[in-house]
Amino acid sequence: MPFFLVSLISVFLAASHISEACAQESSQANRAVQPEQQVSEVRLGYLRAYAPQLALSVLDVPPRDEGIAGANTAINDNNTTGAFLNQKFTLDVVEVEPNEDVVPAFNGMVSNGVRSLLVDLSVAQLLSIADLARDRDVLIFNVGATDDILREEECRANVFHTVPTRSMLADGLAQYLIWKQWRRWALIYGSHEPDRLFADALRRAATRFGGEIVAEKEFADTGTARRTDSGVVQIQRQMPVFTQDLPEYDVLLVADESEVFGTYLPFRTWIPRPVAGTAGLTPSAWHPASEQWGGTQIQNRFAKANGRRMLSKDMAAWTAVRIVGEAATRTQSAASDKIAAFIRADDFSIAAFKGQKLTFRKWNWQLRQPIFLGDGRSVVSTSPQEGFLHQVSELDTLGVDQPETKCVIK
Amino acid sequence: MRRGLRVLLAGVVAAVWQAAPAAAYMVYVSNEKDNTVTVVDSETKEVVRTINVGQRPRGITISHDGKFVYLCASDDDTIEIIDTATHEIVGSLPSGPDPELFVLSPDGKTLYVANEDDNLVTVIDLETKHVLAEVPVGVEPEGMGVSPDGKSMVNTSETTNMAHFIDTATNEITHNVLVDSRPRFAEFKPDNSEVWVSAEIGGTVSVIDNATREVKHKITFEIPGLRAEAIQPVGVRITADGKKAYVALGPANRVAVVNAQTYEVESYVLVGQRVWQLAFTPDQKQIISTNGVSNDITFIDVATDEPTQSVTVGAMPWGVVVSPNSRF
Repeated sequence: MPFFLVSLISVFLAASHISEACAQESSQANRAVQPEQQVSEVRLGYLRAYAPQLALSVLDVPPRDEGIAGANTAINDNNTTGAFLNQKFTLDVVEVEPNEDVVPAFNGMVSNGVRSLLVDLSVAQLLSIADLARDRDVLIFNVGATDDILREEECRANVFHTVPTRSMLADGLAQYLIWKQWRRWALIYGSHEPDRLFADALRRAATRFGGEIVAEKEFADTGTARRTDSGVVQIQRQMPVFTQDLPEYDVLLVADESEVFGTYLPFRTWIPRPVAGTAGLTPSAWHPASEQWGGTQIQNRFAKANGRRMLSKDMAAWTAVRIVGEAATRTQSAASDKIAAFIRADDFSIAAFKGQKLTFRKWNWQLRQPIFLGDGRSVVSTSPQEGFLHQVSELDTLGVDQPETKCVIK
Repeated sequence: MRRGLRVLLAGVVAAVWQAAPAAAYMVYVSNEKDNTVTVVDSETKEVVRTINVGQRPRGITISHDGKFVYLCASDDDTIEIIDTATHEIVGSLPSGPDPELFVLSPDGKTLYVANEDDNLVTVIDLETKHVLAEVPVGVEPEGMGVSPDGKSMVNTSETTNMAHFIDTATNEITHNVLVDSRPRFAEFKPDNSEVWVSAEIGGTVSVIDNATREVKHKITFEIPGLRAEAIQPVGVRITADGKKAYVALGPANRVAVVNAQTYEVESYVLVGQRVWQLAFTPDQKQIISTNGVSNDITFIDVATDEPTQSVTVGAMPWGVVVSPNSRF
């Protein structure tokens, strides 16, 4: 079997909801909702590449349902609204191995009726289904890949991105460091491809906002185990030495998406300086401790349903499912063409507990959004920072802007 | 000079004393961040008292006889009752989890509470302090408005983006009206003809016809030099004659003055930072805004629509209510 179906989660309306809906039907006088109207179903899919991942800190090991839990929370939210409009939302979840061919899985889901598909896949996997999806009128929502290339050279008209890019994340961090007047940065990056890409984004942010990278250093992955019983003893001696030869700097930037060394840098640098990037002060699409802008409500409901805090990928997935829900609600339709047209319209926006409406960049279908800066315990700030102005939206000071884009949507 | 001031003060005190029933009302402000209610005199504009209350006080209202203030202590999952004579907490109501906003029925007997975490509106009998009904509504119920004739109430759900009309006789939803993103507040016109629903993220106020239960107009706001995302309507109040409305615009730091008959925005009053809720004095000569980030409230003269004075209250003022009767 080219893929294995781990779970087919059909989210159904709770019995109480159904009875409520029925009870209300007799008194529904809203013109749009006729008592005889049948419940229409909007079928969403979630296709992810999954393998257990290790992390330097056990606290950072991704939960098994990272992302999916966010999608399910939004399905429940959509269904609460749907109960008033005779709409029902379901989610089919399919997992494949990293680097596995995703086309058979994709075909299976589409045959099953999925027309809005959330994906948490690698760039290659996503691109292998993007054009197939276009030909079958399937909308893809990228909730996992931060790669700028998917919004630039490899952008697609049918691929929407609710997850921010590496350049948006790096710009959000850089704006804060500039606001703090911590302008001199040293950069340590890992030896894997994602680490190099994030280092590129940090370099770009430095040029863009007036930061100076005074020195760079690669931390090569020599294949050591991430955790050993006496690991701390060695790390405490190794990290100061590794950072000893850096020139004077304000902030140590770290690009280690691969979880090889980044977490070991804070408090262990040769000179006492803050760490930011993939460790220390970290930019993200969401923060598990954010309670601003009504955030308490989504955090409470997420934690109650899933028994853990909400992470960035959960928020990206929640937002994608809510986008489809919002379109189905507003158009009062489950038809994929109507949903797609609504999302693509000029005045489309979505609320996602980030203090302002979120809209799509129409030139590459990236969702504009503020970036959270946090330290693992609390939210330190959100970008864009005050004073970073833009003629269209201050959110467009984050990431690749329209005049620079390499995206040509056909 | 100091003596002159003292004489002047004595004169003012005497004048206030003599003109007692005139227009000195008590203004109660819930301070979300420091768990207090600040009591401000509407005439002297001075803080009279600070009352320690439960965790995260937000929605606040007052009994029609002015004897009790009701306060949503959101993080304590309760509604506290404050005796306005003693400023002591004298009891609580079974609110359901995370009460945020509520509205008192026109006859003063029933309290309708939005429970944000449970997608419910809880109906409480104030005399028996019992829950009469729980009405399932959309995701994150918040705004609560009751029609002056008492026949229907409206709840807004912030993620479902609907105004739910509930028949107060049956406690059942009769209509669901879609409005813009994150509806925060519902305010009926005094003649029952319309409900105004603000949408914080959508940036609009929807005017819903109470007869057809359809949106008949959408009010939008534009402030030169301010980006559209910063205009986030929250609190709405309409004058008793139905001619003028005030809309608090959140991080736009302004209150919009709207002609309630033509729906034209007439002016913007600069108040304080992140303005959320509004309340008239009973004589409708003043309207008061809570400015969360600047920790103050602003009095606006209703005749001129000019801000007259700001008063520092507690941390993150959220809701405001004014006593129905003048004091002293």
